[in-house]
Amino acid sequence: MSILIDNNTRLLVQGITGKEGSFHTRQCVAYGSNIVAGVTPDKGGQTLDGIPVFNTIQGAVENTGANASLIFVPSPFAADAIMESAAAGIPLVICITEGIPILDMFKAVQFLKRRNCRLIGPNCPGVISPGRCKAGIMPGHVHKEGPIGVVSRSGTLTYEVVYQLTQSGLGQSTCIGIGGDPIIGSSFVDILKLFDKDPETEGVVLIGEIGGSEEETAAGYIKDHFNKPVLGFVAGLTAPPGKRMGHAGAIISGSVGTAGEKITAMREGGIYVVEHLGEIGREASKVFC
Amino acid sequence: MKIHEYQAKEIFSQFAIPVPRGSVAEDADEARKIAEQIGGARWVVKAQVHAGGRGKGGGVRVADTPEAVAEIAEKMIGMTLVTLQTGPQGKRVARVLVEEGVPVKQEFYLGAAVDRAKQCPVLIASSEGGIGIEELAAGHPERIVREWIDVGLGLPAFQARNLVFGMGIDTSFVRTGTGIFSQLYRLFESHDCTLVEINPLVVTEDKRLLALDARIEFDDNALYRHKDLLELKDTDEQDPLELEASRHRVNYIRMEGDIGIMVNGAGLAMATMDLIKQAGANPANFLDVGGGATTEMVTKGFEIILQDKNVRGILINIFGGILRCDILAKGVVDAAKKVAIKVPVVVRLEGTNVEQGRKILADSDLDLVVAHSMADAAEKVKGI
Repeated sequence: MSILIDNNTRLLVQGITGKEGSFHTRQCVAYGSNIVAGVTPDKGGQTLDGIPVFNTIQGAVENTGANASLIFVPSPFAADAIMESAAAGIPLVICITEGIPILDMFKAVQFLKRRNCRLIGPNCPGVISPGRCKAGIMPGHVHKEGPIGVVSRSGTLTYEVVYQLTQSGLGQSTCIGIGGDPIIGSSFVDILKLFDKDPETEGVVLIGEIGGSEEETAAGYIKDHFNKPVLGFVAGLTAPPGKRMGHAGAIISGSVGTAGEKITAMREGGIYVVEHLGEIGREASKVFC
Repeated sequence: MKIHEYQAKEIFSQFAIPVPRGSVAEDADEARKIAEQIGGARWVVKAQVHAGGRGKGGGVRVADTPEAVAEIAEKMIGMTLVTLQTGPQGKRVARVLVEEGVPVKQEFYLGAAVDRAKQCPVLIASSEGGIGIEELAAGHPERIVREWIDVGLGLPAFQARNLVFGMGIDTSFVRTGTGIFSQLYRLFESHDCTLVEINPLVVTEDKRLLALDARIEFDDNALYRHKDLLELKDTDEQDPLELEASRHRVNYIRMEGDIGIMVNGAGLAMATMDLIKQAGANPANFLDVGGGATTEMVTKGFEIILQDKNVRGILINIFGGILRCDILAKGVVDAAKKVAIKVPVVVRLEGTNVEQGRKILADSDLDLVVAHSMADAAEKVKGI
């Protein structure tokens, strides 16, 4: 098993005809993902490598039975794309797009609360269940099937960690990038709840970064409710306060959101925190033996 | 994007949020004229820099004559103001705001901000004006009132009233105070702000409500739909290298150390900075070439790092996802041809098209140190 996506996932790509959309659609197909449709308004009727393109999500769902959506739509239109998928009844929406205005995300998140739809992202690398389905922009070949769940606020840092896990012989059940924005669809805790119920996931790697208090909340949840071993890492020990470190959400405000504070909270929650990025693979072999 | 107090007050005026009479001056003579125009017997001269804590650093001063206003302005303009928020290097003052001095009876805090955990805007009021809200939240959380906003609805009148009653202002000001809050939220929403702060809002001896200070920050991601606001950007407030990088959409932040880094992805860039520190050196910068980086952007990133004279070594750490390793490698080679690289460069590549990337680097005649893992990269940085 895995969480969120597997062999039964029928993926739809929003923005499939764009440069990134088409490149990554082909990468996902090459990995073995089942991409059943694409949507680009005004390009309905075209195809991409045989994948039919529709004008609306509704049309794509009715014709192909798509049950998850992957979004590459440019930032001014991305929140609308999220809402369109949710309105069409798609239960899982993964938004890769970076740079969506916060106000748009307030509205999209609120729209989703009234519907049965889970959002991953935005500003994330997506989700992969190794060997089954890749719905995102991560390099598939560094992953390997196995018992470790990975959840992270970052993209490339996650690939690095996954690569080290794979090198250490530790495969992954599902790897999720929840996104680097201040307003995101799914929190660490939302994902941990899914890993908790997944019998195949035996342990979790949680990768945080400066800004906000997601890691602290996750630590509290793990302490009280989560019984599988968790290894943690937090990026940004050297980040100066008041500066946005690339991700819109990665900012220390006053004294809130520092890496040191997060590491302390995570250790109090029973998480095995590794401070050296180069040692995650080796330490993981100890924690998940 | 941050703006100056005088700019924020101009926007407040457009939204009928009352501010003291005043204007901005770029020299002493102009400052004196503004004081004469305002009239009265007392004026305040305020340094305009993007940092809080100006009062303690000598950036806010009171004068009793227009001549004294000119004298203060003369000293203030051109000075380097150091406050808790500017860092030790301080900020150069290019202009001052000259305002009527108002007799203050009571101070309050009013704000609108992003609540990340609740995923909506939050309006904040407090009876304790003048101090930082984070400090207040830590010390006296009971003196803060919050209302969370449904962005579909906007701000209903009862929530504005809850805030105003909650901050304990005299009931004769409730109607005006409620109006200020509703305008504050209109401004926050219509201008895509991430922060609007009136700290303090004051009740004056002559029974006026005035926004004595003003702070606005805009959502950078929404500026594409507010082209007019871009004119408010003061590029002098930014590090020149950071400014140049942003013009090329390269995400660069200058740091104090001497090991430059170029990384794809913000998380990995932060972790790479941490790694350099743990290896006993100090990062010279944060530089994320991003997911969709082009050869030109990588070249530009390289040029920017090399302009920092403190840099005595560079670590390039790329884990290819969207950014293919071959593109990065080509960027490195192109940049090396344009810029004379006199410092050692450690390169660590992994991910999509890594073989092509490594081949491009190997086939070039560049003198590069190749690292094969993060741990190996840390070791090789120690060797610089």
